[in-house]
Amino acid sequence: MALFKNIKRNKPESFSDGNRDVLPSPTGFSPRQRIMRFYNTPRIIGRMSVVGKKEAKGPVGKYFSKCEADDKLGEKTFERAEIRMFDTAVRGAVRDAKLEVDDIDLFVSGDLLNQMTTSNYAARDIGVPHIGVYSACSTMTESLTVAAAMVDGGYFSNVLCAVSSHFATAERQFRYPLEYGCQRPPYAQWTVTGAAASVIARNCKETERFPKIVMAIPGIITDFGTNDLNNMGAAMAPAAMDTMFTLFTQSGYGVDDFDMIVTGDLGKLGSDILRDLMRRRGIRLGQNYIDCGNMIYNVDQKCYQGGSGCACSATVFNSYIMEKLINGEFKRIAYLATGALMSTQSCYQGETIPGISHAVIVESPFGGE
Amino acid sequence: MSESSNTIKQRNDRYNKYVETVTPKTSIAKALWHSFWIGGVTCMIGQAIGDILAFAVPTLTVEMVANITSMILITAAILFTGLGFYDVIARQGGAGSFLPITGFANAMASASMEFKTEGLIFGTSVKLFSVVGPVVVNGIVWSTVAGLLNLLILGMY
Repeated sequence: MALFKNIKRNKPESFSDGNRDVLPSPTGFSPRQRIMRFYNTPRIIGRMSVVGKKEAKGPVGKYFSKCEADDKLGEKTFERAEIRMFDTAVRGAVRDAKLEVDDIDLFVSGDLLNQMTTSNYAARDIGVPHIGVYSACSTMTESLTVAAAMVDGGYFSNVLCAVSSHFATAERQFRYPLEYGCQRPPYAQWTVTGAAASVIARNCKETERFPKIVMAIPGIITDFGTNDLNNMGAAMAPAAMDTMFTLFTQSGYGVDDFDMIVTGDLGKLGSDILRDLMRRRGIRLGQNYIDCGNMIYNVDQKCYQGGSGCACSATVFNSYIMEKLINGEFKRIAYLATGALMSTQSCYQGETIPGISHAVIVESPFGGE
Repeated sequence: MSESSNTIKQRNDRYNKYVETVTPKTSIAKALWHSFWIGGVTCMIGQAIGDILAFAVPTLTVEMVANITSMILITAAILFTGLGFYDVIARQGGAGSFLPITGFANAMASASMEFKTEGLIFGTSVKLFSVVGPVVVNGIVWSTVAGLLNLLILGMY
């Protein structure tokens, strides 16, 4: 029990867990208290985002830490390239946090490929205890949640989170060969090539000046019966709606309390659907709502509805959004990555696509409570 | 339980109908026009190759000219696939680039390129027909059916 002695649960009076939400849950499941509050405020002290050439040309391209000009990175296969990109992101984040790999206590990571080969193979060379997490494109928020909980509980002091995705490997696993001349429907999305990593550390005097994770909401798997493999925005929007609804009804924060509400990779169509769904439930998302999939590519880059893949929201979060949080330009943001949890087999077997959305609320060290 | 599953079904139907209304559609007229001219140009090039061949080598039979023309088109399509711009044409062309013999060549070449990293046997050989498999299977099945019908109804052979 000595481990828990030094943790002060400085729980304010206003946060009473007994005040259960009475509004019906959008998914039809019984409502429950779903917010995880981190009273010890784990800090995000290091970050790194590596992207491919196409992403670097997009509107947020200048914020990324590193751009790889070659999709294969001079490796023999695209899978090896993804592993190397992942490794670059991980080591870059550790360096950014002014730590050594030996200082990292735990490594939480995931990616899109079968059996999470990328993160497992990359972790093989790093030599840190590893927990693999998978929730498709929302893997970044899931790993942030796990890492923040580990740090907040006092189990570890420095935890590393990382995700990656690669257009060529994802395309091969989920769709067709790269050079195969097929037409994409206008509602298709483009998997982001990139990798991103963050280092979560305990709140102490040295880490006070970094953004803090204050809350997390684990998502409910939501299935509204869509079965189009290409239309993932429509499949994930209900999950994002459910988590966002939980956020606004249970956290005590309203829409205007956030400087930015960021969803993962709904794309243009999916974010429009989400706006519509939220409006029907009486919540109007204004100018402070953005979607990473929608903003990562320019309109003329022929990506139709925008980006997808777990690196999509992770790279934008670890570059653009974190930079604004460190500056103090954003005081409080909600980061809801969304994932579509299908496999190619399940879709051909006539199953519908379940979606999930985990949320993390991050506050800037300047201002806020 | 049945009542709640019914409401979920209704909600899903409602949501899917709503998604259908907001999802952008491909413009059929535009797609038809693009596939018409790209397919047409492919066929014209084929015809031109055939004519030139027949003119240059008068001793060739008509079947031989057709065979050599197909071979040239297939080689060109595979070359374009390897150089990486067949899929750029196909993105515009749709059925116009998919239906002619070049589409089949592209599908096989792209699959063999994609899976060559797994080796010659487990990669290229196993996955070579992963995209065009349905075409081959359906071709065999329906030509068998057509042949049987021919035999039974018209009594040929």
